[in-house]
Amino acid sequence: MITFQDVSKTYAGGGAKDDGRAALSGVDLSVAPGEVFGVIGASGAGKSTLIRLINGLEKPSGGKVVVDGDDVAALGVEGLRSLRRRVGMIFQHFNLLSSKTVAGNVAFPLKLAGKPDAEVKARTAELLARVGLSDFANKYPAQLSGGQKQRVGIARALATGPKVLLCDEATSALDPETTEQILELISNLNRELGLTIVLITHEMDVVRRVCDRVAVLEGGRVVESGPVEQVFLHPASATARRFVTEAEGEPGEGAVVGGRVVRLTFKGEATYKPILGAVARETGVDYSILGGRIHRLRETPYGQLTLSLTGGDVEAAIRRFQADGVRVDLVGEAGR
Amino acid sequence: MSGFMDNIDWSEIGQATLDTLSMLGGSMALTVVLGLPLGVILFLTGKGQMLQNRVANGVLSLVINILRSVPFVILLIVMIPLTVALVGTSLGVAGAIPPLVAGAAPFFARLVETALREVDKGVIEASFAMGAKRRQVVLGALLPEAMPGLIAAATVTAIALVSYTAMAGVVGAGGLGDLAIRFGYQRFQTDVMVVTVVLLLVLVQALQMVGDAVVRRVSHR
Repeated sequence: MITFQDVSKTYAGGGAKDDGRAALSGVDLSVAPGEVFGVIGASGAGKSTLIRLINGLEKPSGGKVVVDGDDVAALGVEGLRSLRRRVGMIFQHFNLLSSKTVAGNVAFPLKLAGKPDAEVKARTAELLARVGLSDFANKYPAQLSGGQKQRVGIARALATGPKVLLCDEATSALDPETTEQILELISNLNRELGLTIVLITHEMDVVRRVCDRVAVLEGGRVVESGPVEQVFLHPASATARRFVTEAEGEPGEGAVVGGRVVRLTFKGEATYKPILGAVARETGVDYSILGGRIHRLRETPYGQLTLSLTGGDVEAAIRRFQADGVRVDLVGEAGR
Repeated sequence: MSGFMDNIDWSEIGQATLDTLSMLGGSMALTVVLGLPLGVILFLTGKGQMLQNRVANGVLSLVINILRSVPFVILLIVMIPLTVALVGTSLGVAGAIPPLVAGAAPFFARLVETALREVDKGVIEASFAMGAKRRQVVLGALLPEAMPGLIAAATVTAIALVSYTAMAGVVGAGGLGDLAIRFGYQRFQTDVMVVTVVLLLVLVQALQMVGDAVVRRVSHR
């Protein structure tokens, strides 16, 4: 649905973002239809530039961005308008028109596309019902809460029936509870409408809840990308590790113990099996739990435990864990 | 012994009030018609805006600054040949309108530019992201979003025009200010002065109140 081929972007011309460095360099990405793709990075990593290349709000300095079969940079004015009707976008600060009512905001893209009034009215009502704001049609954005404003933003972004939804830090200005609701709405839209979603965020938690795959951006480069499960449970880059730690805390951080320190990763059903006790009995090892977490990655439960193993047959215990489908990573040999 | 109000010729006051109102109405309408597009162009050609153009912006800005820096009394006089060419006379209400517009339109254009700068850039970006053409962004998002600021700018301009109309008496335009100068000041008829000034005050106060009420009406922030 979306591909980035060796894309770079440098700001020139003395603008506010012109600091002589490339905002993006050598970015290769590919987003499949119907996928929720996350891009995580600190501020200044190039996330907002990256998402704006998709709907042509920014033009690449090098490389090629192809969206729904169109080379974005090669599109003319009309081609770009047509693309933007197929790619909806929501924003951190909602960017609603304060001078228009909720219904007026949702109707705006339809009017821009020159749809007849009757169609605009029917579609607006349908979209407001979809995001649960039918009773707010005649209110102004200033009268709404943050979560309601973002719902209006979502309804507006869906008005022209897009295939892709771009989420620019869509939950960063919301409280945790509202964030949860908006993420759930985004997940539902992905499932029910088959919408391809690209979201950028600086919060690993957002990625964990809704994304299928994730790319980690640092200094304008993709330093790691893959299925969320892999990046989240076994981050390879320092940047990805930092984001995971921020979201979850470091398991077993700072503990001083003896024995072999291992990290066990359980996924799916194995998460709930009474496996620790069984292994301890069979192999005679003792364990102390240094840290752990149990969570969900979208719908899949997972657990990660950091243990220190002492006594008995440690090698046999590790083999036994692996036989049960638990991934074992050796973290260190404590007490040496 | 003459009483305080003896010098007042109410029919003359009535005519002067009418002259002031027609000068104000005519020049305000033309000021908006000319100043609003000028202000929009000034904004759009500015740095980082959608029609960014340093030369056009620089020239327009200079012309506006020149017109704004000429004292209005001087503008009235130097414009006489142009005024005659435009409306056939440099006298009366008609003769006052071209210099009034030349004085107020650049002022209004600057205020329009400032009001447009207050519009959230995110809203403009969102409009483009929805597939709006430039014209649709300006007419459908930029101007409606700036409406409270534009109304406030028009109010300030209308009030500035009231004091300009008073000066227009210099070229024989008539109106309340003219009355105040000719009778109140030059003939020491203090009562005429007081009545005209009170009428001007009422006019200014009414403009401000109406302006504020409209701003409240169109503002949904």
